[in-house]
Amino acid sequence: MIEPKNKNKLTFATIEVNAGLKKAIALSRADIIGELKESGMKGRGGAGFPTSVKWNLAAAAKGEKKYVVCNADEGEPGTFKDRLILTDYADLVFEGMTIGGLAVGSDEGIVYLRAEYTYLVAHLEEVLAKRRKDGLLGKDILGKKGFNFDIHLHMGAGAYVCGEETALIESLEGHRGEPRNRPPFPVDTGFNGKPTIVNNVETFAWAAAIYAKGGAWFNGLGTEKSTGLKLFSISGDCEFPGVYEFPMGITVADLLKEVGGSEAKAVQIGGASGHCVPAADFNRAIAFEDIATGGSIIVFGPDRDLLDIAENFLEFFCEESCGQCTPCRDGNPKLLEGVQLLKKGECSMQYLNELLSLAETMQLASKCGLGQSSPNAFVSIATHFKAEILGRTGKAMQGGK
Amino acid sequence: MLVTERDRMKDQIYALADQLGRERSSLIPILQEVQKAYSHVSSFAMQVIADALGIHPVEVNSVVSFYSFLHTEPKGRFVLRLCRTISCLMNHSEKVAKQLENELGVKFGETTPDGKFSLEYTNCLGMCDQGPALLINDKIYTHVTPDKVHGLIEECRAIFGVHAMQQKEGH
Ligand SMILES: Cc1cc2nc3c(=O)[nH]c(=O)nc-3n(C[C@H](O)[C@H](O)[C@H](O)COP(=O)(O)O)c2cc1C
Ligand code: SF4
Ligand code: FES
Repeated sequence: MIEPKNKNKLTFATIEVNAGLKKAIALSRADIIGELKESGMKGRGGAGFPTSVKWNLAAAAKGEKKYVVCNADEGEPGTFKDRLILTDYADLVFEGMTIGGLAVGSDEGIVYLRAEYTYLVAHLEEVLAKRRKDGLLGKDILGKKGFNFDIHLHMGAGAYVCGEETALIESLEGHRGEPRNRPPFPVDTGFNGKPTIVNNVETFAWAAAIYAKGGAWFNGLGTEKSTGLKLFSISGDCEFPGVYEFPMGITVADLLKEVGGSEAKAVQIGGASGHCVPAADFNRAIAFEDIATGGSIIVFGPDRDLLDIAENFLEFFCEESCGQCTPCRDGNPKLLEGVQLLKKGECSMQYLNELLSLAETMQLASKCGLGQSSPNAFVSIATHFKAEILGRTGKAMQGGK
Repeated sequence: MLVTERDRMKDQIYALADQLGRERSSLIPILQEVQKAYSHVSSFAMQVIADALGIHPVEVNSVVSFYSFLHTEPKGRFVLRLCRTISCLMNHSEKVAKQLENELGVKFGETTPDGKFSLEYTNCLGMCDQGPALLINDKIYTHVTPDKVHGLIEECRAIFGVHAMQQKEGH
């Protein structure tokens, strides 16, 4: 597998491996979490929960046994940066997990790897074996008495919803990947009922980088509320698709310029569960306080039919819904039917409004993030592109294919 | 299945359960190993796994049915999974789909009569910048175009030939 040449320079390439671990190992637990707090980093998986708060909760939770789980289920349509990190910077990910183990008091790390990435297993096992040999995993790590930590891989079996952290834990425990009610949260009652931190692949890699370069370094980048750098997976109608690193807060327009996608009429930010942002909003910032994302960016050129896109996403959610709760199980097929009506030019404004109200119910009443966010793309397309989607005659039209 | 074959499978499953641990959390890893060895998880296998872990076979079945990479019916020696998600579609994966059907003579969701190839759709494979993406068993292929499909299938046939011979020699 050869990565395209156009990827820009990633900070990960400049981080000295294990510098962060060596620094962290000399600190007290409170100071380890303090450094992360200073960085201001929020989780890179999408939800944007402050990582230091999560680690602190797990550190404070009572229990002899705790787990550090790396969420490598990367299934959000349009996301592939975790695959690249695991391919090129697996050491940083394992190092970040090891520091996590030190911070929360855990001796066991688990990487939940999606089945589709089975081809990465041999490489990851090799890196793990090397780390064991070098005394970076196992007993008395780097000579620190009593600091024991090891990591093993656990394979997923093909289910997008298992990326949701409580579904992931269900899956680890050998069950169907059905999300749990929260609370309790995994930091308190996680894998096998034990305190567990679940973090994204990129979050662990940045954690290692933060200990290597200091929390203040990371905090000085990005915006006040969304500190630091972030990897973006960019695909669709642009000249140079690939994995890019940008500071948080970059505007959509600036990002499009970098990737050769300035012609775009809309950009899907946050994958199928994200929002479809129209050109009029390209001056908005990609950051937790504005347009939040786990890093999936799909560019739509002037000739794309946005209903094709809404249809593809809704088919995805119909298939991937775990079926546990009604708004998500029944709502997604209803929205899909609606999009198909729109494509045929047979949807009244009144019915469209009913669909939008159904979407709102789904956003409010679904049990987990899948159902809560599955209507997002449809809603943003129906809101911003009414002229394009209503009154279709079946013939090619402006903005249609 | 012959009784001896069943006994062999049973021994194998109990050995797996001992190796991976007889906890509930070993269920999916055991299922994955059984599927690797037998290309599917039969109802007999589910029964044995349930016994080995001390759970009800219905529990095992409900787990198998949940995950798209686990299945109760035999699949081809090669499972071809074409990404049908948006970025690959924008790169014309539908043409690749058509050509795969043409070359294999089956539709998506089917297995060729000789048992060599199963054709399936899958969701985003994490290769969206290099689509259309196709997963053949564990191997990923990117930038797949309709003209490359024939060659990919021939590549599988060649591997299959070698593999079949090795098996014969091994016996
Ligand atoms: C349906 C669904 C799928 C998700 N998939 C992933 C995923 O593949 N990878 C990931 O890191 N987080 C995923 N998440 C978010 C996780 O639930 C969780 O917030 C995240 O792993 C926490 O890590 P972070 O704080 O480091 O971002 C998903 C959430 C939902 C609702
Ligand atoms: S919202 Fe959808 S995926 Fe989430 S629990 Fe409900 S049915 Fe399952
Ligand atoms: S859309 Fe096909 S690999 Fe992501």
